Amino acid sequence: MNLENIITQIEKVDPEIYGRLDGRRQAIKNFTRFAGKVTVASIPIALGTMFKKAYGAVPSTVIEVLNFALTLEYLEASFYEMGNASANLIPAGAEANAFVTIGAHENAHVNLLKGAITAAMGTPVTKPTFDFTAGGNFNTVFSSYDTFLAVSQAFEDTGVRAYKGQAGVLMTNNDVLTVALNIHSVEARHASHVRRLRQLRGAVQKPWITLKSTGGIGAAVQPNYNGEEVTMQGTIEIVGINGQAIDANAASESFDEPLSYDQVIAIVTPFFAV
Amino acid sequence: MSSNNNFLPDLISEGHSGVSPFSRRNFLRYAGTSVGIIAVASACKKDDNNGGSVGAGVDLGANDIGILNYAYALEQLEAAFYIKVVNSQYSGITAEETAYLTDIRNHEIAHREFFKNALGDKKIVDLEVDFSTIDFSSRDSVLNTAKAFEDLGVSAYNGAGKLIADVNYLLFAGKIVSVEARHAALIRDLLVEGSFADETVIDANGLEKSKTPAEVLVIAKTYIKTSINASNLPTS
Repeated sequence: MNLENIITQIEKVDPEIYGRLDGRRQAIKNFTRFAGKVTVASIPIALGTMFKKAYGAVPSTVIEVLNFALTLEYLEASFYEMGNASANLIPAGAEANAFVTIGAHENAHVNLLKGAITAAMGTPVTKPTFDFTAGGNFNTVFSSYDTFLAVSQAFEDTGVRAYKGQAGVLMTNNDVLTVALNIHSVEARHASHVRRLRQLRGAVQKPWITLKSTGGIGAAVQPNYNGEEVTMQGTIEIVGINGQAIDANAASESFDEPLSYDQVIAIVTPFFAV
Repeated sequence: MSSNNNFLPDLISEGHSGVSPFSRRNFLRYAGTSVGIIAVASACKKDDNNGGSVGAGVDLGANDIGILNYAYALEQLEAAFYIKVVNSQYSGITAEETAYLTDIRNHEIAHREFFKNALGDKKIVDLEVDFSTIDFSSRDSVLNTAKAFEDLGVSAYNGAGKLIADVNYLLFAGKIVSVEARHAALIRDLLVEGSFADETVIDANGLEKSKTPAEVLVIAKTYIKTSINASNLPTS
């Protein structure tokens, strides 16, 4: 990584970049020296702070969405931390490795969002206390692999829908929107993997969501899937579109649907300890 | 992006009135990718972020129409690929794989037709594809190409999100990109179990490595015979 090169390139199109960033060229040089020493993981936050100073306030609505996202990432990160630490829960080998990977991503998202909120002069919410049995709906969540997978799938599919639902708010800030999109697709990759694991264990489902099926998880997670069954996109009907043999299943699978802030809060509230 | 977008005022704070909109816009080209440090570094090696074969070939257009045509081009490529995969199945294909690949074919056709109808008379022509580098009788060749296309599609939609001005189009792109990510993860798992989100596509911050249209089209060019002119696409 060559940060100095980036600044130099920006300077070509925006001669006032140094003045805006800190008022002193030396400050940027100092920053690049600093950046050379810090870990890759902390650079986005440092950069975010720098650009933020140059280009002004992040709207409070964006901060709120980032805190909403942070809450969901806390939920997922804590869930995998506990699952990965539970003896005899996840089969060793590829499956254990996969959940270590997923857990690491969720932890990275927590740290990234905390940093981004702080950089934008907001205050990150503190980590809530969770009840992963959801008030007794999933009592064997950390003792039965199938229950663990079911809750994992519900979290990942809902995470995808939650980020999608905030795109409109986040588009006021290109940086934040791009971060959210780059988290969103990672959640979808997780969802695909977990759905296939369940499929291989007998669940009637696929890596993509067919209509509003819960894949046999049941009524407890039906709200997580309601709305996924639509086949109209805007004014365009996807079933049989332009004479193509696209049925309702394929039409619903082809597009993942968003959930509103309120819908997501209602879905995850049972997982918050009272 | 263009003068009609509605997010510039939020990004440009008070107190910089002496700076021309032109330089602001150019700065945003870089600022927009500031969080993906690798994307910034690679973007800065280029003088022109637009890419494509400038001034020649099929013009994707400007503003949101350009981005929709960009997506339409990629969906045309993916649909054509999976149609051929399903019609000439590789040796040793399993029933499970046939079912997955048929589903994906249908999804890509749905995406292609969606963009065709959304664009109406603004749509680009049907692209001519070039699959001469793919051995459709080989599982390795087919699935590795599928992996490349799906990963590319995800990185393309993610990179294009900030270029979209209309919130409705952004939402449609969001609805499609997560399905492409589901495909990508599945194809990767078919090739190597557990590779659904490895470090070749996800960075140390747990973020997908998104790509600019220029980066995407250079890769896609191998498979598209029709010359594509992306020079009018928005850059921020």
